[in-house]
Amino acid sequence: MITAEQKPIQEIIQYIAPYGRILLVGCNECVTVCAAGGRKEVGLLASALHLNSLKQGKTIDIKEITLERQCDPEYVEELAPYIDGADAVVSMACGCGVQSVAARYKTSPVFPAVNTRFMGASLGQGVWAERCKGCGDCVLGITGGICPVARCSKHLLNGPCGGTSNGQCEIGPETDCAWRLIWERLKELGMEDRYEDLMNAKDWRPGGAAGPGKIIREDLAQ
Amino acid sequence: MNTESRLEKILASGELAVTSECGPPRGARPEKVKEKSALLKDHVDGINVTDNQTAMVRMSSFAAAVIIKQMGLDPIMQMVARDRNRLAMQSDIIGAYAFGINTMLCLSGDHAKFGDHPMAQGVFDIDSVQMINMVRRMRDEETFQGGAKIDGAPKMFIGAAANPFADPFELRVMRLAKKIKAGVDFIQTQCIFNLDKFEEWMKGVTDRGLDEKVHILAGITPMKSVGMARYMKNKVPGMDIPDSVIKRLEGVSKEQQPEEGIKMAVESIERIKEIKGVHGFHIMAIEWEEKVPQIVEQAGLYPRPKV
Amino acid sequence: MENFEPEIVAFCCHYCAYTAADMAGSKRISYPSNVKIIRVPCTGKVDAIHLMKALEKGADGVYVAGCLAGDCHFKNGNLRAQARVDRVKKILTELGWEPERVAMVNMSAGMGEKFAETAREFTETIKKLGPSPGKLTGNESKAAS
Repeated sequence: MITAEQKPIQEIIQYIAPYGRILLVGCNECVTVCAAGGRKEVGLLASALHLNSLKQGKTIDIKEITLERQCDPEYVEELAPYIDGADAVVSMACGCGVQSVAARYKTSPVFPAVNTRFMGASLGQGVWAERCKGCGDCVLGITGGICPVARCSKHLLNGPCGGTSNGQCEIGPETDCAWRLIWERLKELGMEDRYEDLMNAKDWRPGGAAGPGKIIREDLAQ
Repeated sequence: MNTESRLEKILASGELAVTSECGPPRGARPEKVKEKSALLKDHVDGINVTDNQTAMVRMSSFAAAVIIKQMGLDPIMQMVARDRNRLAMQSDIIGAYAFGINTMLCLSGDHAKFGDHPMAQGVFDIDSVQMINMVRRMRDEETFQGGAKIDGAPKMFIGAAANPFADPFELRVMRLAKKIKAGVDFIQTQCIFNLDKFEEWMKGVTDRGLDEKVHILAGITPMKSVGMARYMKNKVPGMDIPDSVIKRLEGVSKEQQPEEGIKMAVESIERIKEIKGVHGFHIMAIEWEEKVPQIVEQAGLYPRPKV
Repeated sequence: MENFEPEIVAFCCHYCAYTAADMAGSKRISYPSNVKIIRVPCTGKVDAIHLMKALEKGADGVYVAGCLAGDCHFKNGNLRAQARVDRVKKILTELGWEPERVAMVNMSAGMGEKFAETAREFTETIKKLGPSPGKLTGNESKAAS
């Protein structure tokens, strides 16, 4: 999933300071799962903004809506009936959602309430870790199912570097050395000999070096 | 012989090679480079010029290498994958070679987290193994990494680092094999303090006959004090400092610790000389360059052969 | 302000604090009438939004009273409640409100005296803090609405 974390409330307060009527929009997908911008978080943020306006002696009108998927135009359309009643939109979706809303409703300012972090997997309740960089040319098939691009701090395709210490990355003991993990996994799979295959310099184009990525499926696109 | 590198010639002659290093200054002070290099000039076959070592901004290794070259000495230009993409690397390699710099070292580079710009984005477009391969192809096939022909190919003698002490240990010989496959000519190892482990690694190297395909220079660092030993043990990633090293330094007075450290370095060289497959020494006297001549002389590595 | 009588909401677990409140009553141990009790089946049922809404609606302080550590009828509801209280404290801090306006307390069903003492202490704390920041700006009517 795409992971995110709520921005500091003061930053959000700054964004919306000039506005009285706010449309606060959550998303039912990734940000719900990582507890950053789902219905629950929309409610809590709305309440926090209310408390703030009470202290400021102002009134604020907040309409809370959580869309099924904020990065999809057909769901973003559901905001149409409310958009004219709002001076500003605050989105709790990832950057894709924020931009989808901004693209559809051109006259309303749209502010992000979360910082989008990374593509990650859940390691347990309340813990998410980065697992994919979206490089566009997946190497997991030859690295034992562990990604060196996302999980090696230096993105080494021929690791490990000399900084590994007690099996952990040189950046700190809380980060596993990806190449230690790859090696252990290759051994488990009886594929140790694969380790000495040289991995060629990566073509970074599919992952964004060639410009913003775009996928067009001829059979689906209209 | 692939290059004009003095280091290559020494190694080809079968003599033990000696290299040392010079960390460029953190400012536009060319005299600092000259001072450090002058201390080393008669006692080494090549001077490594570090590239923003420990991710701290310093005078570029390219510029400092040019200064050393213009003194009539032999710089070994280090290059890290952290700070340059493949375009910048190749243009710097051509530029350096145009100034007569013919020996270089390909490294991944310490993570920016440790330096004075921890907020910087690391480049890591290619890794050190891929860099070795790129430089070899520039030399032997006269082509850029992207495939185009080079008009005036840089003929670099190609070095890389190896850390026999980082884990997983069992990978350390295999990773050397990978660098050899990529085209590396010589290796400078991480500072050796755990000699037993180094011997074990070298045995793995010679068992596979890798010592016949690459020249290994053993890394030697003299300890200035017990404080430095403790710091390196606890704070420097990938460093293996046995307790015996710390105990021995603790056993002498603070004033005598530098001398004891040099004695230990010389003893290490004497022992490592006997290990099959070691073709030289890389002496890293950190901010203590003035002691390198003494170590080289006491270890019986002076005078340096003329080639 | 010297006559300030805070409004306090206490979310009390059915299995412990609520029973303790009953016991305080039957033993005629008095506690401040400022505390309004809301009975919940387990403090694990109390979410951060409930604490926030109570403050939004004009409570000067809110606390959650759950079972002693290890004694939750539903295993770890009291621990979850503690985490949510901590989260609300963080939000209040970010907003510049006093985090002491929310609290978590633990007790068993038999601790009638402890229930009364907690109610007295928390009421004192809130009295010292003064009215909710939301009430200080002439917003009282809105806050209460």
